[in-house]
Amino acid sequence: MSRVTRFAPLILLLLVIAALVWRLATPANSDVPSKLEGQSLPAFALPAAVPGKPPLSSGDFKGQPRLLNVFASWCVPCITEVKVLGELKARGVAIEGVAVRDRPADIAYFLANNGDPYERIGSDPQSSLQIALGSSGVPETFVIDAKGVIRYQHIGPIEAKDVPLILQKLEQAR
Amino acid sequence: MIAEAGLAALWLAAGLAALQLFLMIVALRSGIAVARAMRGIAVVQGALTLGAFAMLLLVFARTDLSVALVFENSHSAKPFIYKVAGAWGNHEGSMLLWVTVLAAAGAFVARLSRRTSEKTLVAALGAQAALALGFYAFLLIASNPFARLDPAPLEGRGLNPLLQDPGLAFHPPTLYFGYVGLSVAFSLAVGALLTGQVDSRLARAMRPWVLAAWIFLTLGITAGSYWAYYELGWGGYWFWDPVENASLMPWLAATALLHSINVLAARGALKAWTMMLAVIAFSMSMVGTFLVRSGVLTSVHAFAIDPQRGTFLLALLAIYVGAAFVLFAWRGAALKEGAPFELVSRESGLVLNNLLLSVILGVVFVGTLYPLFVEAVSGEKLSVGAPYFNAVAGPLALILAALVGLGPLLSWRRKSRPVLRRLTVPALIAATMLVISVIVAPAMGILPRLGLMVAAFLAVASILPLVGRNPFRAPLATWGMVVAHFGIAVSLAGMAANGAFTAETLSVARPGETLRVGPWLVQLEGVVPGAGQNWTAIAAQLRATRGQGPVMLEPQTRYFSNPVMETNEAAIRTFWNGQLYTVLGKPDRAGGWQLRLWWKPFVTLIWAGGALIALGGALALLGRLRLRRRRPPTEWRQERYA
Repeated sequence: MSRVTRFAPLILLLLVIAALVWRLATPANSDVPSKLEGQSLPAFALPAAVPGKPPLSSGDFKGQPRLLNVFASWCVPCITEVKVLGELKARGVAIEGVAVRDRPADIAYFLANNGDPYERIGSDPQSSLQIALGSSGVPETFVIDAKGVIRYQHIGPIEAKDVPLILQKLEQAR
Repeated sequence: MIAEAGLAALWLAAGLAALQLFLMIVALRSGIAVARAMRGIAVVQGALTLGAFAMLLLVFARTDLSVALVFENSHSAKPFIYKVAGAWGNHEGSMLLWVTVLAAAGAFVARLSRRTSEKTLVAALGAQAALALGFYAFLLIASNPFARLDPAPLEGRGLNPLLQDPGLAFHPPTLYFGYVGLSVAFSLAVGALLTGQVDSRLARAMRPWVLAAWIFLTLGITAGSYWAYYELGWGGYWFWDPVENASLMPWLAATALLHSINVLAARGALKAWTMMLAVIAFSMSMVGTFLVRSGVLTSVHAFAIDPQRGTFLLALLAIYVGAAFVLFAWRGAALKEGAPFELVSRESGLVLNNLLLSVILGVVFVGTLYPLFVEAVSGEKLSVGAPYFNAVAGPLALILAALVGLGPLLSWRRKSRPVLRRLTVPALIAATMLVISVIVAPAMGILPRLGLMVAAFLAVASILPLVGRNPFRAPLATWGMVVAHFGIAVSLAGMAANGAFTAETLSVARPGETLRVGPWLVQLEGVVPGAGQNWTAIAAQLRATRGQGPVMLEPQTRYFSNPVMETNEAAIRTFWNGQLYTVLGKPDRAGGWQLRLWWKPFVTLIWAGGALIALGGALALLGRLRLRRRRPPTEWRQERYA
């Protein structure tokens, strides 16, 4: 048996062990980038969700990067998230809301109790925009650049620890 | 006290394993006399681990919640059989089962092995002790199954409902017997490499162990496949999931080993290759255990994920397999191969079998670990699924299955019998099958069609070794081979028929409405509640007809309370020509229910074939063991007492 044949199994083993050690040392990053990133927002025009606030359409996403926040007054994590959104607003971030399967009176009550970081809120009573956005639940947040292109999708509530990431994504979307 | 006794037994066993390893080193350096005690030590070590495992069964049977493992995996309201099965339905318990089988196998080798030279046996017992020592350390340091909770909780957390199934109670132990049985082949190979005595005697000593392990692996994989089929409610029998592959890879290596070992036993050839396979077969078992236990690969079996344990297991894997490979590189050069083979002979047929099996093993191995390599190199995430495995391993397996019909007809050393003429009948049958399949189903895919052809060919060709002689005077091992090869044909026919003819309907039905699937009309009569010892359920009442009288099926959605979980219980009805498989889904708002219906013609052949393959192995094992008794070996005694 040649030297190469005799050592081949050992070398193969070392390669496999190296890959496995690498995997154990760098825990798997289970975030799979959203397929929507890089795609344009679908065209939509939602009616106003609460009296006194402007409605929301796809044409509103211009001028600067904005957050599109899919939420609902009946959604408990949204209560904690909306406070973090208030901090983002205080830092000059423009936030648009889409209220899913909601009622005007409930939204007004939700905003009055928890703060209102939204510039506009569109009403999505049948989840049609939510489905077009590929959003599977509330809350979800999209970073939309000045040309109306989706740059980042955040699933679940934005917590205080996510703020730097969101700000970074907004900066990159400029 | 029971748990403490179990723990003490484990520590004692670990100490004995260390002593056994030490004695082996002394014996190989300064003479065999020291090793007299090794057989006894191995037996006591096996008995101690069996005792520890019995203690674990006892605390689970009594639902002793002061033991942390029982608290986490059991519940007082669980049926008794699952209380006991819960002992190995978790990480610590299953690792204890693993070392128990490992130590018991070592004890059996020490008691029963009469064929190898005493020196090789001593080296092999030392290797087995080294293996056991590592796993004792793993248990005692990183996964103590007997840890106590103080104060004891009032109620346990329960066992995952998916695992509360008779199939599960026996699937993991069966696989473990197979995995760990291969450790004996590993130890014997390491022992023989150490002493340089790689010969047909070693092959005959190793063969029953490989056969036994292979039978268990075959049964375990078949049972696991059927369990996934009816329990997960997806209607598939194999998903190429990393954990499934983890059980398939040792099986492929063991199958190759099973065949190459015959060449070594009969001709004293393929020495280095057979030793390599023996090492690889058990290495694949350890790789499998590592993949399952460390969570490095994304899998539906995502249980017991713990990076620290993963590191420990990886270290064990690296040490054992690395040491064996170093030994192979060091000693392999000294192995003298026998005479070269004739091009057409049983030996070269078996070499071809080994090459194909190794390539398939390579394909599965690469496919399983490829996502890991790609991510390590480029950071890109991908997954390798059924399309790759089916497209690459499928044709190779078909070629192999076709050659299985040919190989046993070849004779050792040289071509003497008119082989091709004997294959005329099988070839005609395969051609007939092709014609029938084209007429009946012109649109069938190429792989299922070839599968049906090869299955028909092999079904007839596999019986030929018994034709032209008195079949009742043929050795049991020959019968075993025929039954196992016929089982491959049966299994292949089931897979091909399932791939070609399965009919599927996914639809919403309101009570009273009727759906069609294949030849069946399935009416949803109503939806009713039900309950069991630790679950409540809603069940659909389905009335299925096809021409003759109706059949009632009740697929359920079960709600378990401890832990809270929802499972789908498929209702499956088996007929001679297939299975009707029904799953109840979610209700919609309009009073309709999702129903998923399959008609799977001849699907049961897949597992029937698997059972036949295992039965063939059992016959062969019986034949080999009987042969042993008839011809009492003498050489080892002379050597021992000379």
